[in-house]
Amino acid sequence: MTEGETESPGPEKCGPYISSVTSRSVNLMIRGVVLFSIGVFLALVLNLLQIQRNVTLFPPDVIASIFSSAWWVPPCCGTASAVIGLLYPCIDKHLGEPHKFKREWSSVMRCVAVFVGINHASAKVDFDNNIQLSLTLAALSIGLWWTFDRSRSGFGLGVGIAFLATLVTQLLVYNGVYQYTSPDFLYVRSWLPCIFFAGGITMGNIGRQLALYECKVIAEKSHQE
Amino acid sequence: MTLTERLREKISRAFYNHGLLCASYPIPIILFTGLCILACCYPLLKLPLPGTGPVEFTTPMKDYLPPPVDSDHKQGEPNDQPEWYVGAPVAYIQQIFVKSLVSPWPKNLLAVDVFRSPLSRAFQLVEEIRNHVLRDSSGTRSLEDVCLQVTDLLPGLKKLRNLLPEHGCLLLSPGNFWQNDRERFHTDPDIIGTIHQHEPKTLQTSATLKDLLFGVPGKYSGVSLYTRKRMVSYTITLVFQRYHAKFLGSLRARLMLLHPSPNCSLRAESLVHVHFKEEIGIAELIPLVTTYIILFAYIYFSTRKIDMVKSKWGLALAAVVTVLSSLLMSVGLCTLFGLTPTLNGGEIFPYLVVVIGLENVLVLTKSVVSTPVDLEVKLRIAQGLSSESWSIMKNMATELGIILIGYFTLVPAIQEFCLFAVVGLVSDFFLQMLFFTTVLSIDIRRMELADLNKRLPPEACLPPAKPVGRPARHERQLAVRPSMPHTITLQPSSFRNLRLPKRLRVVYFLARTRLAQRLIMAGTVVWIGILVYTDPAGLRTYLTAQVTEQSPLGEGALAPMPVPSGVLPASHPDPAFSIFPPDTPKPAENQTSTGEPSGPMGPAEGVHDSPVPEVTWGPEDEELWRKLSFRHWPTLFSYYNITLAKRYISLLPVIPVTLRLNPREALEGRHPQDGRSAWPPQGPGPARSGLWETNPKGPGGAQAHGDVTLYKVGALGLAAGIVLVLLLLCLYRVFCPRNYGQPGGPGRRKRGELPCDDYGYAPPETEIVPLVLRGHLMDIECLASDGMLLVSCCLAGHVCVWDAQTGDCLTRIPQPGQRQDSGVGSVFEAQESWERLSDGGKGGPEESGDSPPLRYRPQGPPPPSLFGDQPDLTCLIDTNFSAQLRLQPPEPAQPEPRHRGGCGRARESLGYDFSRLVQRVYQEEGLAPVHSPALRPPSPGPVLLPAPEEEGGLPPEKGSPSLIWAPSADGSIWSLELQGNLIVVGRSSGRLEVWDAIEGVLRCSSEEVSSGITALVFLDKRIVAARLNGSLDFFSLETHTALSPLQFRGTPGRGSAPTSPVYSSSDTVACHLTHTVPCAHQKPITALKAAAGRLVTGSQDHTLRVFRLEDSCCLFTLQGHSGAITTVYIDQTMVLASGGQDGAICLWDVLTGSRVSHMFAHRGDVTSLTCTTSCVISSGLDDLISIWDRSTGIKLYSIQQDLGCGASLGVISDNLLVTGGQGCVSFWDLNYGDLLQTVYLGKNSEAQPARQILVLDNAAIVCNFGSELSLVYVPSVLEKLD
Repeated sequence: MTEGETESPGPEKCGPYISSVTSRSVNLMIRGVVLFSIGVFLALVLNLLQIQRNVTLFPPDVIASIFSSAWWVPPCCGTASAVIGLLYPCIDKHLGEPHKFKREWSSVMRCVAVFVGINHASAKVDFDNNIQLSLTLAALSIGLWWTFDRSRSGFGLGVGIAFLATLVTQLLVYNGVYQYTSPDFLYVRSWLPCIFFAGGITMGNIGRQLALYECKVIAEKSHQE
Repeated sequence: MTLTERLREKISRAFYNHGLLCASYPIPIILFTGLCILACCYPLLKLPLPGTGPVEFTTPMKDYLPPPVDSDHKQGEPNDQPEWYVGAPVAYIQQIFVKSLVSPWPKNLLAVDVFRSPLSRAFQLVEEIRNHVLRDSSGTRSLEDVCLQVTDLLPGLKKLRNLLPEHGCLLLSPGNFWQNDRERFHTDPDIIGTIHQHEPKTLQTSATLKDLLFGVPGKYSGVSLYTRKRMVSYTITLVFQRYHAKFLGSLRARLMLLHPSPNCSLRAESLVHVHFKEEIGIAELIPLVTTYIILFAYIYFSTRKIDMVKSKWGLALAAVVTVLSSLLMSVGLCTLFGLTPTLNGGEIFPYLVVVIGLENVLVLTKSVVSTPVDLEVKLRIAQGLSSESWSIMKNMATELGIILIGYFTLVPAIQEFCLFAVVGLVSDFFLQMLFFTTVLSIDIRRMELADLNKRLPPEACLPPAKPVGRPARHERQLAVRPSMPHTITLQPSSFRNLRLPKRLRVVYFLARTRLAQRLIMAGTVVWIGILVYTDPAGLRTYLTAQVTEQSPLGEGALAPMPVPSGVLPASHPDPAFSIFPPDTPKPAENQTSTGEPSGPMGPAEGVHDSPVPEVTWGPEDEELWRKLSFRHWPTLFSYYNITLAKRYISLLPVIPVTLRLNPREALEGRHPQDGRSAWPPQGPGPARSGLWETNPKGPGGAQAHGDVTLYKVGALGLAAGIVLVLLLLCLYRVFCPRNYGQPGGPGRRKRGELPCDDYGYAPPETEIVPLVLRGHLMDIECLASDGMLLVSCCLAGHVCVWDAQTGDCLTRIPQPGQRQDSGVGSVFEAQESWERLSDGGKGGPEESGDSPPLRYRPQGPPPPSLFGDQPDLTCLIDTNFSAQLRLQPPEPAQPEPRHRGGCGRARESLGYDFSRLVQRVYQEEGLAPVHSPALRPPSPGPVLLPAPEEEGGLPPEKGSPSLIWAPSADGSIWSLELQGNLIVVGRSSGRLEVWDAIEGVLRCSSEEVSSGITALVFLDKRIVAARLNGSLDFFSLETHTALSPLQFRGTPGRGSAPTSPVYSSSDTVACHLTHTVPCAHQKPITALKAAAGRLVTGSQDHTLRVFRLEDSCCLFTLQGHSGAITTVYIDQTMVLASGGQDGAICLWDVLTGSRVSHMFAHRGDVTSLTCTTSCVISSGLDDLISIWDRSTGIKLYSIQQDLGCGASLGVISDNLLVTGGQGCVSFWDLNYGDLLQTVYLGKNSEAQPARQILVLDNAAIVCNFGSELSLVYVPSVLEKLD
């Protein structure tokens, strides 16, 4: 999850025209902050969803159970999501093929909902064995990509993120920094890559949309009146 | 025709018919759909309401055995037992209900005495229970053996550590407040304080500790200083692990023997099993709430896209109703066919909505809305439906396929979800087709009516420019009156794009949507709801009471109980019970009257409470646990980390225990402090009346007490609300300026009209001084360029040729003055030669003075100079000022440094004695009614308005022959094309002229047809002229010597060399009419474009035609517009786009002649249209520039332009768009719609809107501000291009 910290997006390589004219850096910062907070929020909520299964049904302190995982996990997720969310539009720009498929907020919301749903399923639904769970989640993740992204760069990046994140988690677990309640495959849950992949796609989607429309909500409202 | 195509055809046809049907009979269809929904939802009534309320089931006490774990054998009679009634319960709960009364009540007793000694008896009772041992044949059995052994409290409950048992039997009594220590109780000075120390201060929503230990609801316990009945009741709660009938029976017998209850009507014959639903804790609630928030965001963002309908909200509501009722229908249908939902409905609901989605609904709306407005509603609906039918069906098939895949995961939960989703999808489709389409048709019909009503006024206020007969941009210039610019530049305030600080915009947004008010309203409603629900006397109790009455447990409905009640009492093992026959339940009053009259009653007391306080046992006591919070038992068990979710407990019938204490006992138990602190000594009179009489006035003291709390809470809530409102009001005042409604402050007004983003983002604007090209007297009408040269033509008929890089005026082609005299149709050759002669004579001196950096010096043979016609004019000069003007010596000092002198003098002539000129012209006006409007293209209504302008603009030319306007002979210039160094001019007289751009000489001309040339195309030695009468003429240019590129044209430094052929000035050029299409269109041709070997014409007869350039053969006639074509675009990739007066844009496939897509783009005419590789950019009379995705026809975004600058746009590269505004140009990122930069063009042009923008190859931008041109270099753009 911390893979993003090493590869910071850096200032975008725009022509001197754009960079001199517009305050892209401020823009970038705002986007980063938004993505970071979304990532932290999702990490907290999804973590809650995951621990629900094992935790006592009547937690003495709900607030404590929200922050039950290690304190650094949500910030890491936030950073990672910020990096991913900035990376996607950046890569789009570099490849010169702006992502045009379903560029609407409603689609993004749908994507986020499906992502939460995948997490929900992985946490709540009882599967017979782990292979079934992993296969189902993989199919769902691919379906998510196909429904909301459909770009090769998005797929590649998603796979890369999933691989890196799983690797980092694996390393963490090996070194005993982090631990899973019920590991089933080399000390980690085998569905982890799917979740990472879906998360990468989702955050990328949000990032692209943010890059597309900056202050859309306010201005469009004022426009309609 | 392949199978797919046939299928597609069929589907489209079916949808078309369906659309017609829906739009024809809206009301019956909606009624039918409503009935369908109701019918499908009917099975839902059988389902239990969602919620966490417990469910009860009653079994007889006699022969009770815990149900077996597997309940398979019970399948035959499903009504008998609920499905959760399997296996042993979590626990059996025995409540020993103690009612205690001090009687008789002497007057010297204090209020504390009401409960002090009764409570002390609890210790004794607990002792008795704990020590109870059953001895029978199977051995001895004590309480420890059967009770539920608890081990440990949950670690978080430190506060309750001393109060709840931590090990051993789970036995609760009020004595737990004092750790079951009698001494501690006796030394406690403040019993009430001890009891209430753990009461929550806030609204209580679940069971409190007091409720847990007392086992009765707070207001029934009677432990209060203000109680009136002087009866204390509490329970001792025993929790058993196993059901041991004998032990329980013996315990019951013993207790009832020890503490007999004389008039007890309790039957104690049935066990109540209470099943608890799954809990939703806060931990689960957070993800749930998150998903719901995401769901609402999704719905919000989806419905926001509904556009161009009468009532957005109505349609959004219809869309949501469609999805929701399809979900309900799916659940209903599934239940009907025997599938009972096991999933938690609330959890999967958002996902179902997301899966089913609102997309189809939106696609339908969009498709219908983008059909031509002037069609009948029926047809519009049908067309819209049929055009989207294929994609809808395809999407649905895909979704069904995906879900089918999900079904084969063989995970039960996912399978069930998929089943619901499939049924939901199908019913959603059904509803979309019937319900939503019909609602849409009603809406569209309403919009048509409303539109008819309000359409006229806006058009009346539009600038008088409705291009009908000619390309739009011509009209745009006519719209401006140079004499009174401010009337044009002032906009109505609603059109302005305000650039306000972000803070203000947020506040405006809040204010506009009335967010604060709505939030407060919603908060209040929720608050009231909570109050009503949690209020002890409120809804919840009422509901429980209702449930109690209706449930088979209730007294009245006793007869249909599974066990005939008549049998039980007889066989009941306990003889100590006095049992009433079940069918004559005695009301409580009857028993009260049988009670012994209280002896020492004072008369006053007798008056006040006539029923003597007496311990009575009514049927309501048996059900007292119902009055407890429904979270009572789950809370209790949760303290020991035992969940009751999806499990059940069994409640054994209560054991009634009556304690009657005499005053002596009460006095003994009194604490020394009781008398002093709690009860100040008073006289016998007041003391006797006590608090019971003084405080609560009404008969129901406890009730009144509860009401007071309610009022307090209510008042508090009200106060909180008011404070909140005031606070928000203050914030609002602070943030909002006083002049709310008048946009912007005075300080920002000047710059306030900055064009800002669609999304409110306005980047820092810059200001550069452009190269101003002045020289035209009147508004510039046509602009043409080939990258090196720039040709402009004004209303006066002057053509100026400029160097596009330096801004030098190279040539002016005013019309020769002789033209008036020489008459029409003179021999061209003669004229030309004459002109050439004159050029040679006098051109030299002028030229050397005018353009100092003579770039074309190296030109070989020194041929004719600029301004060749000037000598002829000098003879006609009759006024002083014009002579001055004509023969002006070269000016060393020019008024503005960057102002190129070449053509600047014309402006001065304007300034000079203008009024005199005007006067004279007005005198001449009558004599020479110069040009008749009949020559112009027929244009209805507002289009004719420019005519007076022209006449007003006419005078100067008449007065000064140097700038002569010769309308009668040649007519005005209507079209202009430039290629190489040849300018092709089409005139209203039908004359086609070919001029040399450098020398300014007429090369050849053709005047065969007298119908005005409305549009020209000049492409590779081929000239096509479209005429007013709808005919097309194809000319070919022939040069008699070989082409030789001129030296000076290849300017060093600029990379882009002109690719077009350049005709050397020495060549003779001839122009031959090769072909004529006499009746290409029925009406005047308004648009003409050529590319890729094709020629496209657009006409007022609503059609487009595609010709092949080589042989002028008509390939296609494209029909699809419902108005005159105003603009056409075609490029090398064979993309053809057309825009019409109906506001629609059509994209065509040039190869097949089929319409690719059709967008309803603008309100009003489409004025110009251009495409990049990925998008289509259109501008309309509504001053909007819209950017569309070229492949899908989806509108990406739109840019609001300044009034009158609607059509000024240019595409610099594939992702850079430039638009004009009030004295500025703005650069946009095409892909993202970002405003990149706004460039202000000097100060003096601030008032003028940029009418027209032309992008040159070398990334210079020419803007047309009325009569002057501005040449803007954007060097950074160049770098970007490189």
